[in-house]
Amino acid sequence: MSTQRIKPAVSMAEIKPELEGLRRRGLLRSALTLGALTMLTGCDLSTHSGVDAALEAMLRFDDRVQAALFSRKRLAETYPASAITRPFRFNAYYAEWQVRLVPDNWVLNVGGLVADKRPWTLQALMALPQQGQITRHICIEGWSQIGQWSGVPLSVFLRRVGADTSARYVYFKCFDGYFTSIDMASALQPQTILALDFEEKPLAPQWGAPLRLRIPTKLGFKSAKNLEAIEVTNKYLGGYWENQGYDWFAGV
Amino acid sequence: MHRRPAHPVAIRVMHWIGVYAMGCMIFSGWEIYNASPSLPFVFPAWATLGGWLGGALAWHLSAMWLLFADGIAYLVYGFASGHFRRDLKPPRPTEVVHDLGAALSFRLKHDLGHYNAVQRLLYGGVIAAVILQVMTGLAIWKPVQFGWLAGLFGGYPIARGIHLATMFCIVAFVLVHVAMVVMFPRTLKSMIVTVPAEIEESR
Repeated sequence: MSTQRIKPAVSMAEIKPELEGLRRRGLLRSALTLGALTMLTGCDLSTHSGVDAALEAMLRFDDRVQAALFSRKRLAETYPASAITRPFRFNAYYAEWQVRLVPDNWVLNVGGLVADKRPWTLQALMALPQQGQITRHICIEGWSQIGQWSGVPLSVFLRRVGADTSARYVYFKCFDGYFTSIDMASALQPQTILALDFEEKPLAPQWGAPLRLRIPTKLGFKSAKNLEAIEVTNKYLGGYWENQGYDWFAGV
Repeated sequence: MHRRPAHPVAIRVMHWIGVYAMGCMIFSGWEIYNASPSLPFVFPAWATLGGWLGGALAWHLSAMWLLFADGIAYLVYGFASGHFRRDLKPPRPTEVVHDLGAALSFRLKHDLGHYNAVQRLLYGGVIAAVILQVMTGLAIWKPVQFGWLAGLFGGYPIARGIHLATMFCIVAFVLVHVAMVVMFPRTLKSMIVTVPAEIEESR
């Protein structure tokens, strides 16, 4: 029996950007309901491609406006411990029973435009300067809650690994399949931290163990949990929700 | 004698751009509300714009620019042309009481190109409501970058509540406004084509 596999003419990696683009278009197309039809007499109703393109262009415009409004010096409001929301709401793109446990021999990989690409153990991260915060986590759905996190300021970490801080993006990859990316200015904002603790205890799996991003100047879906890799890059890599139509900058 | 139009062309154009922009904002806003309802109900899906939260936000954050530009143009025009001074003078309480009594007993005159005290109250009120809506909207869009604005409204959750409540005020205005247009259909024509004002300024 022959076990020889026929090599496909096109690899997944080659068509990935196109696939993402198609997926994105499809999801924005589902944005058109009866309400949209009544508002859009005169548009191309057979494909809505013009409307999709217009909405996408406006989201890109909004991203530019948001970047211009952002100031690295402006801090998110902080709260007293008495203001912490309890119980704290779990949120992910999956249900709580599907939370992934931390893999054995977990390390944080570092890649892209950095001088030192050695992976980081939890112990090494715990030895870096730590900083706590009690801030409001605002979900894109509208609800919000006040939580307490502490960990390594991302700016400290990026300098420690010799990151090119003139690069455009910092990309985060998670072992639960999630991923996101943020602009460098927001990455260097002093309240943007790689959190190790939640409510003064090491992160539990549902809160993003062993390491998560906590960025109070962006909507909640940007605070990626269960990190496994960080990459400094000039390439736009989007994100799990961003590729489906959430605005990428997502600043608050 | 050449009489002025009931509504200048600029007002008519800005009115209908405003209708479209506000329609997009309200119907997409209902979809956004449905993602995390703070009251014990959701808006029916057929009445919403966007299909899902991401689509609704794309509409909301697009139409806001149209509403913003239309609103700024209207305010500039309103002050510069004398439209506000001439037509939307804040009514005295006694005038409102008198005209409201007349309106409720169907005796209030509806003259094209001239607003009675109840109209002035409602039109002035909805302009204030839209301004409040833009401000609370900016506060919940950027509660950190516009922290002072969110603080003015008592913080993010309260600003979000005011944004929702103001939407209900605007929708209530629209219902009354459309009901009045149904009762006085010639007012609709005057907001589309050039129709002379029915009375000359006497005040």
